[in-house]
Amino acid sequence: MSENEKKIVKSSLAKENFYKLLHNRLAVLGFILMFVILLACIMAPLLTPYSPTDLNLRHMGKPPGGEHPFGTDKLGRDVFARVLYGGRISIAIGLSGALGGMILGVIIGSFCGYYGGWLDAIFVKIAELVSVFPQLLLVMVMRVILGEGIKNLIIIFVFTGWIATFRLVRGRFFSLREESFVEACRAFGIRSSSIVFRHILPNCLGPVIVQLTLNTAGFILQEAALSFIGMGVPSGIPTWGNIINAAKELLNITNYPWLWVPPGLAIAFFVLGVNFFGDGLRDVLDPKQQ
Amino acid sequence: MATEYILEINNLKTQFVVRRRRVVRAVDGVTFKVRRGKILGLVGESGCGKSVTAHSIMRLLPKTAVIPEGSIMFHPEGGESVDMVQLKPTGRKIRSIRGNEISMIFQDPMASLNPVYNIGDQIVEVLLEHSKITKKQALERAVRMLELLSIPKASERIKDYPHQFSGGMKQRVMIAMGLICRPQLLIADEPTTALDVTIQAQIIELIKEMQSEFGFSTIIITHNMGIVADMADDVAVMYMGKIVEFGTKEDVFLNPLHPYTQALLKSVPILGNAGEDKLIPIRGVTPDPSAMPPGCAFEPRCDFATEACKTCVPGRVGVTDSHIVRCVHCIGENLDD
Repeated sequence: MSENEKKIVKSSLAKENFYKLLHNRLAVLGFILMFVILLACIMAPLLTPYSPTDLNLRHMGKPPGGEHPFGTDKLGRDVFARVLYGGRISIAIGLSGALGGMILGVIIGSFCGYYGGWLDAIFVKIAELVSVFPQLLLVMVMRVILGEGIKNLIIIFVFTGWIATFRLVRGRFFSLREESFVEACRAFGIRSSSIVFRHILPNCLGPVIVQLTLNTAGFILQEAALSFIGMGVPSGIPTWGNIINAAKELLNITNYPWLWVPPGLAIAFFVLGVNFFGDGLRDVLDPKQQ
Repeated sequence: MATEYILEINNLKTQFVVRRRRVVRAVDGVTFKVRRGKILGLVGESGCGKSVTAHSIMRLLPKTAVIPEGSIMFHPEGGESVDMVQLKPTGRKIRSIRGNEISMIFQDPMASLNPVYNIGDQIVEVLLEHSKITKKQALERAVRMLELLSIPKASERIKDYPHQFSGGMKQRVMIAMGLICRPQLLIADEPTTALDVTIQAQIIELIKEMQSEFGFSTIIITHNMGIVADMADDVAVMYMGKIVEFGTKEDVFLNPLHPYTQALLKSVPILGNAGEDKLIPIRGVTPDPSAMPPGCAFEPRCDFATEACKTCVPGRVGVTDSHIVRCVHCIGENLDD
């Protein structure tokens, strides 16, 4: 056994997984993309002196270059600053919507999957009911009920986003709860809560985390799409979707490409990065591939 | 109350309710006793109810199962006797017995360990669930237990994950988990069936060693007559949910009285016996448990069946004090009244 092999055998599973992830080039690329954009958004005040909302009528519709790396929009606002500050909100909405959906889906899915019975039947029916509605219609209905705003958009995403995770977790629980090791746990007197959350749940976290990344990416796209049609975040708040929305007139598309290309690319790269990273995580976290 | 017996099962019935209220009587009036500090071998062919009996003792039955009748009296040393049938299968009381006073090890060691935790965590968890000690103390005890079960470099290997162990080693880890709380009764449900023959012998030796070391009682469930002959003190032969013959090892192996036991022993291969006595298989198949013959369950396959066998279910007959047989042809004291 070489030194190197010894090191791998002795290291913990988490370390081993970390090295495996490092060897997955696409995942590393995805992580870098995601991380750079995220960092840039968080550190926006350090990267640009401009505010995303301040008007400057002397510099209306300036092309990229000089003081404004991405140019300015038709009200003289710095596009670079708008993309960075908008990214904060877009990513926050996508991530918190996906996280909320994941937590809700994992908890409901765990209980339904482990206990089954009427509890399970009720939640399956609810999930079916929510998912047979066209999602856009549902979002519109809920927006009418809840009103406009970032918080409400997140609530809508959580409400529609728990279903995929719920189904995933429930299905995994159905097969895992029949496994010998679960029976062994019961035979050794381990309490149910520990069996559910400590023993079964970690065995289905791989696909759940992948679902989280997919949902994050999906919600960022959805936020952009909803804001684009004016159903998302109020138009005063810059988000990636709102910035593109402001540039949707035909003349703008041809004459002012810097208004919509930077936020468009930011969405594309971030979503791509999240998806690549999620794929890499799935390969690493699947315990059957050890 | 310390009696001679650690476990007394009396007229236990476990039934499964399947589609359209069809009832399958998997365990149908089982009565036997486990002597304190002794090994009981429970033998029978697949589907005869051995495992269901074991799971009934631990109350680890699926939701479709019911126990309409019978009692399982557990007499722990220095504790109150409990009727396991009366306990709630998800209650606190039964959980404090499982793994602590009665332990169970399973057929398939490959699938019995959680792949996402190292084995140390899993052994320690059982210990921490049942006793108030620190994690460090628990880890030390786990290492000592693994050393006792001859796992080399136990203190290093305790941090390894199940996939880094072979099948035999995993079964040792399972035994360690089973014995870590010093249970008074160990139920081994076909502990060697999934292992190859050399490892089987090692595991059996190990259980015997541990048993003489700790002095717990054991129920070993198997369909391997060799294992029973090797390690058991008492033998219960099960057929279609009933114990058809019960006695000491000498009673059952030297003087088998039930035709099923006799047939079973004739169908066991003996090394070096080629050509002299041919193995005699038991003819026919086991009846459908939901459509049992009205009389003796073994009657359709029995060479000694008479008219009486077809109509009445044979009761328990005590041939000697230790030897009990369910067959109308046996003469002795009727124990069912």
